[in-house]
Amino acid sequence: MSLTKAERTIILSMWGKISTQADAIGTEALERLFASFPQTKTYFPHFELRAGSAHLRAHGAKVVAALGDAVRSLDDVAGALSRLSELHAYILRVDPVNFKVGGGGGPQGPQGPQAPPALTQALPPAQLLSHCLLVTLASHFPADLTADAHAAWDKFLSLVSCVLTEKYR
Amino acid sequence: MVHFSAEEKAAITSLWGKVNVEDAGGEALGRLLVVYPWTQRFFDNFGNLSSASAIMGNPKVKAHGKKVLTSFGDAVKNMDNLKGTFAKLSELHCDKLHVDPENFRLLGNVLVCVLAHHFGKEFTPQVQAAYQKVVAGVANALAHKYH
Repeated sequence: MSLTKAERTIILSMWGKISTQADAIGTEALERLFASFPQTKTYFPHFELRAGSAHLRAHGAKVVAALGDAVRSLDDVAGALSRLSELHAYILRVDPVNFKVGGGGGPQGPQGPQAPPALTQALPPAQLLSHCLLVTLASHFPADLTADAHAAWDKFLSLVSCVLTEKYR
Repeated sequence: MVHFSAEEKAAITSLWGKVNVEDAGGEALGRLLVVYPWTQRFFDNFGNLSSASAIMGNPKVKAHGKKVLTSFGDAVKNMDNLKGTFAKLSELHCDKLHVDPENFRLLGNVLVCVLAHHFGKEFTPQVQAAYQKVVAGVANALAHKYH
């Protein structure tokens, strides 16, 4: 999966606006993640996760800064995020069963394709954060997040999730 | 079985009261077909789906989106009995329509994006959390009778 020229244009043009509110966007995406999918908090026992906490703001800023690195290297997202990919694989070790390829079009969950979707854990954590980032963008930039832009961002964020799990084994 | 607190029910119902089901339905179904193009497999007879603008403007997409979201409105009215409410529709999606339940999850998340798009700041993290529960509950209920 790689981004078309048109998709890259969309991502780059929206990034200009996003980067002016980077910290707020990152923080809000994380707030949404922890509110909707509380199981993701298990990866942050060392954080104060109340809305508006310094930890949340700092980490939100970090997440969006990393996305910015990917945006500036759309030709080589794997290269741009190589260190982060190693961090997630060797140090953070977010359970790999949670990182599945693609925005919903990838393999089925651990129960297999016949089982009904799990009630709360319907998406792996990387996709949960991607989804919450998309929701945040939709709420802040309604005029920009057309159907085409929605598709481009969903694809880009899927690509980032893929890269982050590349080195698991 | 999913349980909704009084606050969650209030948040869900209050926002739903402001949703234009026709517009939001067309938007949600259209975006599903644009963002996840493989879902077009269920709609071969819908005519022109060749581009995002063709899809979003397609009258069959809008009409079907309205139908789907009207049905979703039943979930909002019956949050304590989603499985019962969607039992017949579940059988239909399995036996006649042959839809992989994964698609219900995709549409649920697209709907959440559409609500955020429309309501902006009003679609707070807490409101989103309540809606994530509803869409997950509906997806589960629609998959429940699969065999």
